[in-house]
Amino acid sequence: MQTLIFAIYALVACSAAIAVVVSQNVVRMAFWLIIALGSVAGLFFLLNADFVGATQLLIYVGGTVVLLIFGVMLTASGPMLTIKSAPGEVVLGGLAGLAVLGMLVYATLGVDWSANRAKLASKQSVAETQSFRSPEEGQSVRKLGSALLGVRFDKDLNTDRKSLSTGYLLPFEIISVHLLVVLVGASYLARTKRRRAGMVAAETAAG
Amino acid sequence: MNDVGLTPYLLVAAVLFVCGIVCMATKRNGIGVLMGIELVLNGANINFVAFARYGLLGMDGQAISMFVIVLAAAEAAVALAIALNFYNNHLTIDVDEGNQLKG
Repeated sequence: MQTLIFAIYALVACSAAIAVVVSQNVVRMAFWLIIALGSVAGLFFLLNADFVGATQLLIYVGGTVVLLIFGVMLTASGPMLTIKSAPGEVVLGGLAGLAVLGMLVYATLGVDWSANRAKLASKQSVAETQSFRSPEEGQSVRKLGSALLGVRFDKDLNTDRKSLSTGYLLPFEIISVHLLVVLVGASYLARTKRRRAGMVAAETAAG
Repeated sequence: MNDVGLTPYLLVAAVLFVCGIVCMATKRNGIGVLMGIELVLNGANINFVAFARYGLLGMDGQAISMFVIVLAAAEAAVALAIALNFYNNHLTIDVDEGNQLKG
C-alpha cells in the first residue's frame, strides 16, 4: 500500500517537474509547479516528516508560488507570455540535463547501502519509542521544536553521553534576523519609484 | 505496508533537481528561471528528509530541510524584487535583453 502511494506521488512529482520545463506559457508553468510542490509535500508525509510536509504546503505552495504568480502578473503582457527559446538552446539544455541525470542515477544506484546495516540497526534510539503516537502519525513537532531551541532530547535522553548534542538555536536566530533583513530589503527594492524629471517634462510638453 | 527504501526517493530527487537546472538554463522568462530554482531546492530537500528517515541523520535532516524552505522563500522574495526592477528598467522580462554589460 505504501509502495502504491509512493508511486503515485513520485510519478506526479516527476511529470509535473518535466511539465514545468516543457511548458512555454509561464502561467501554466506556475500551475505545474504547484502540482510538483504538493506532491513533494506528500512524499514528505510518507517519510514520517509531518511538520516539514505541512511547512512545505504552507510556505512553498501557499507563499512562494503565490509570490511567483504575482511576479507573472506584474511582468507579463500579451505578446510576452510565451517567450520561446531558440531550438538549439533547448536541445543543448536537454542533452546536458540528461547527462547530469545519468550521472546522478549511476551514482545513486552504485552505492551499496547494505554496508551500513549494522550502524542503522543500532540507530533506533530510545526516544523513538517514547511517544504517544507511531512515527507515521507524526511525532516530529516536539523533537524539531526542541532541536531548534537547542535541546536534543531525541539524541540525549536516556543515554549516558558525556556532552550534549548540538542544537539548532544559533541557525534559528540567524534565520530570524535574515528574514527581517529580507523583508526590509525586498520591500525597499520593489518600492514605487519616483518618476524621473525627463518624463515629467515630456508629459507637460505633450499636454 | 512495506517500506519503499532509500533509492527511489533519491531517484525522484535527482529528476526534480535535473528538471530545475534545465529550467534555469533554458528559460528566457525571468520568472521561469525562479521556478527552476524552487525545483532544485525541493530536490535537495527530498534528499535530506529521505536520509533523515532511512539513513543516520535523524532529526538533523528535517531541521536542515526546514532551514532550506525558509531560505528559499526569502530568496524568492528578493529575486522577485530584482525581476520587478528589471522589468521596470527594460519593459520586458526576457532575460536575453539584459546584455548591456556585453563586451
